[in-house]
Amino acid sequence: MKYKILSYIDLESPIHRLTGAAKLICLILWSLTTMITYDTRILVVMFTLGIIIFHFSKVEFRSISLVIYLFLLFLFINNIAIFIFEPMQGVKIYHTKHPIHHIIGHYTLTAEQLFYQANLTLKYFTIIPLALLFIVSTHPSEFAASLNKIGVSYRISYAVSLALRYIPDIQRDYQNIILAQQARGIDLSKKQKLTKKIRYASSILMPLIFSSLNRIETISAAMELRGFGSQKRRSWFHERPFTKSDYLAIMLSVLLFVISMLITFWDGSRFYNPFTYPAKGNF
Amino acid sequence: MSKPVIEFTNFSFHYQAQSSPTLREMNLTIYEGEKILIIGPSGSGKSTIGHCLNGLVPFFYAGEISGSLKIFGKETKEESIFNLSSLVGTVLQDPDAQFIGLTAAEDIAFKLENQFVPQEELLDAVNRVAELVDLKEHLDSSPQDLSGGQKQRVAIAGSIIDDVRILLFDEPLANLDPATGKTAMELIDRIHKDAGKTTIIIEHRLEDVLHREVDRIVVIDEGRIVADLTPDELVSSNLLIDTGIREPLYLTALRYAGCTITPELKPKSIDTLNIEVSKMNLHSWYDNVTYTEEKQKNDVLLELKNVHFGYLKAQEIIKDISFKVNKGELISLIGKNGAGKSTLAKLICGFCLPTRGEILFKGENLKDQSIKERADHFGFVLQNPNQMISQTLVFDEVALGLKFRGVSPKEIEDQVFHALKICGLYELRKWPISALSFGQKKRVTIASVLVLGPKLILLDEPTAGQDYKHYNDIMEFLWNINQQGITIIMITHDMHLMLEYTNRAIVLSDGQKVVEDEPANILTDEEVIRLANLKETSLYQLAYKADFSDQRDFVKRFIHFDRRMRQR
Repeated sequence: MKYKILSYIDLESPIHRLTGAAKLICLILWSLTTMITYDTRILVVMFTLGIIIFHFSKVEFRSISLVIYLFLLFLFINNIAIFIFEPMQGVKIYHTKHPIHHIIGHYTLTAEQLFYQANLTLKYFTIIPLALLFIVSTHPSEFAASLNKIGVSYRISYAVSLALRYIPDIQRDYQNIILAQQARGIDLSKKQKLTKKIRYASSILMPLIFSSLNRIETISAAMELRGFGSQKRRSWFHERPFTKSDYLAIMLSVLLFVISMLITFWDGSRFYNPFTYPAKGNF
Repeated sequence: MSKPVIEFTNFSFHYQAQSSPTLREMNLTIYEGEKILIIGPSGSGKSTIGHCLNGLVPFFYAGEISGSLKIFGKETKEESIFNLSSLVGTVLQDPDAQFIGLTAAEDIAFKLENQFVPQEELLDAVNRVAELVDLKEHLDSSPQDLSGGQKQRVAIAGSIIDDVRILLFDEPLANLDPATGKTAMELIDRIHKDAGKTTIIIEHRLEDVLHREVDRIVVIDEGRIVADLTPDELVSSNLLIDTGIREPLYLTALRYAGCTITPELKPKSIDTLNIEVSKMNLHSWYDNVTYTEEKQKNDVLLELKNVHFGYLKAQEIIKDISFKVNKGELISLIGKNGAGKSTLAKLICGFCLPTRGEILFKGENLKDQSIKERADHFGFVLQNPNQMISQTLVFDEVALGLKFRGVSPKEIEDQVFHALKICGLYELRKWPISALSFGQKKRVTIASVLVLGPKLILLDEPTAGQDYKHYNDIMEFLWNINQQGITIIMITHDMHLMLEYTNRAIVLSDGQKVVEDEPANILTDEEVIRLANLKETSLYQLAYKADFSDQRDFVKRFIHFDRRMRQR
C-alpha cells in the first residue's frame, strides 16, 4: 500500500542481522565522521563504502527512491540558498579566488564556492543512504529497544515506538475525515485555489487533532494499567543480544572515525584544500 | 463460602470535573472465583466502577472518594495503579486503541516488559498465554493486520500474562460484530472456568453476555446499585425496562404473547428456558398476528450495475455488484470487516471510480460527476462524530458546507435553521459542540449533511457502542427523517437495527453481493449468517423450541407486531 513509505523491510542480509543498537552506534559514528570532516578524499571513500554497504543489505533502491528524490529536491534548494546567502563562503575558506563566471552584482561563481558546495553535497550523500538503510533494516520495536540500550530513557524510547505504532491509524483517521469533509462539498482537488485549500485544511485538521487526543488518553490509560513506568528499567521483547559481528561493526566504525579524524586534522584544517597546496598552518 | 476479594462499603466517588458524584453509597461484595455482570445504561456509573477496581480512579482520573473499597483486604486508595494492575487485569473497550505494541507478541509481553522480567521468560510467557487465547499463528502480526476479535484476544492475553486474580472487561462487546462477540463471551467463559479467575464484565448488551453463564448481575442506575440478582431473577423482573436496558428478544416475544416469566422457567438464556408452559400462549398470539407484505415501490433512486473495483488490477475488492435502492427506502448494508462495505460507500460518493460497471442516480450515469457534484445527491456520515466536527458552535458546524459553496449568509441561516429543526437541535444552535452528548453530536453531523439537501444518506454504523436509550433516540430520529422522504443506507452490524427498522438488507462477502432480502430471512439463514459474521436471532430459536413449523414466519410476525407496538 501507499502508506508503507520508509517502513521496516524484512530481508535476510548481514545488515539486517546486526542488532539495532549496534547499527545505531555505527550510524552515529558514521554521521559524526561525515559532519566533522570536509576532506573530499575521505568523503569520496565513505560515499563509495556507503553504496557497497547498501548493496549488501539487499534493500532495493526502488523502496526508498521516493525519499531519495525528495531529498535531492531539498538538496538542490539548499545549494541555491547557500549560494544566494553566502556566495563567497568558498573564498573565505580556501583563501583564494578563481572566478569562473560573473552573474550579477556581487554574485560571482568561483571554483572555491563550487568545490565547497560539492563537498557539502557529498556529505549529505554519504549520510542519507545509510540513515535510510538504518530505518528500513531495523525492526521498529527493536529500534526503541536499541535507543534504550545506548542510554536513552525508556520512556522516550517507547515514545518513538508508539509514534510508529500510531502513524498508520492516524493516516486512516485522516483518510476518513477527508472523505467525509469532501462529501460535504469541500473541494480539495487541484482545481481549487491554494488560499482556499489552506482555509479548508482546518476543517480536516481540527477533527484529526481531537480524535488523536482521544487516542492519547486511551493509550496512556492502557499503558498505566499494564504497569508502564512502574520500574526504573524495563526489558524488551524484541531486544537481541550482541554477537561477534555487532562488535566487529562497531569496531570498524570507531576505526573509520579515528582514521578520518587523523587525516582530516593532519594539516590542521577540516577542509581539504586543492587550491593552494601545500597549505599547512594557513588557519 | 469462598472469601471476599472485592468489598465496596458505603463507597462514593466524585470526579473532579463533574458537578455531582458519579457513584453513591455503594455496597457490594464480590467473592473469589465469581463471574459478575455489571449492567446499566450509559452514564449510570458502571464504567466508573471498573475504573475504581483497576486504579484509574483515583490515580488517572482524579476525584474524591469516600467510604472504602478493599481488594484482597487492601484499601485501594492507599495502593497505586501499578500495585492494583498486578491484581486486576483490565481489557478496555476499544481493542484497537489499547493495542500498544507493534506486533501481537510484543503487545502481549508489554506488562512483563514493564516489570523488567528477563527476555527469555517473556518468550515462554507469551507463548503460553497465546496458546490459551488461540492466537499462536498471529504473534508476529501488526495491529493493522488483525481483526477486531483478534485484537481483543491480544488484549486478553496481555492482561492475564502475569497471573492476575481478577479479570475486568469494560464493554467487551462494544466494538465487535455479533459472531465475534459470541466467541468473545465463550473465550471469557473458558478463561474463567479454566483459570478460576474472578471475572467482572461491564456491559449493556445483556442478551449477548448471557450467551454464557454468569453468577450474578449487578444493575447500576444513576450511580446506585438498584439490584444484585441472579440472571433468572433479573430477566423475570421489570427492572430491565425500568432502567432502560434491552431485554433479550425472545423474552419480548414471550411478553407480547402474554406469558408470565418466572425465575423457575430459567429464562436467562434461550437454551435453558422451559418453554412448555408458554407454548399455548405463543401459538394463539401467532395466529392472531396478521401482516401484509409491503409492496416494493418501483421508483429507483440509485442503481449499481455490475460494478467492479480494485486499487490494483489483479486484486478486485468489489466484484460484479448490482442492486437498486428505491426512493424513500431504509436499507442496511452488512458484511464482515473487509467485505467491501466502505469501498462501496466510497464508490457511491465518488472517491473512487468503478473499474467496470455503472452507478446510476435517477437513471443518470454518475461517472463524470465530481465528489462535490455528487455531494448534492448523497450525504456520508462517519461512525465517529468527532471525526467530522471541526467548528466550535453547533450553528457554524451545520453551516460549514453551505459556506464552502458560497451561499449568501441570509440563505445559510434559513437552511441551517430548517435542518436544525428537523434534527431537534434548533434550541441548541448557539451551544458549543463540546457540551453535547454523543447522540446529540451524531445529530449535528447528520444535520450538517442534511443541510446540503441530499436525496440519500449513507451512515457508517450509526448506533455502534450505544446503549438502548441512545440507540432508540438515534434510530427514531433517522426513521423520522426517512419518513420525510430521505433515502437511507446504513452500514451496520446491529441485528436489532436490521430487524426493527429496515425492510431490506444487502449482504456482502469478499466483495460480492451474497444476497439481498428481508432481515427476517437473512437472520434465519445459516449460510448468510456465517458469511456476514452475524448470529441467529434468538426469536428463531424460540420458534423452533415452541414447535412452530415456519420459524421464519414467526420472526416476521414478531417484527410486524413489534413495530406496531413501538409506534403507539
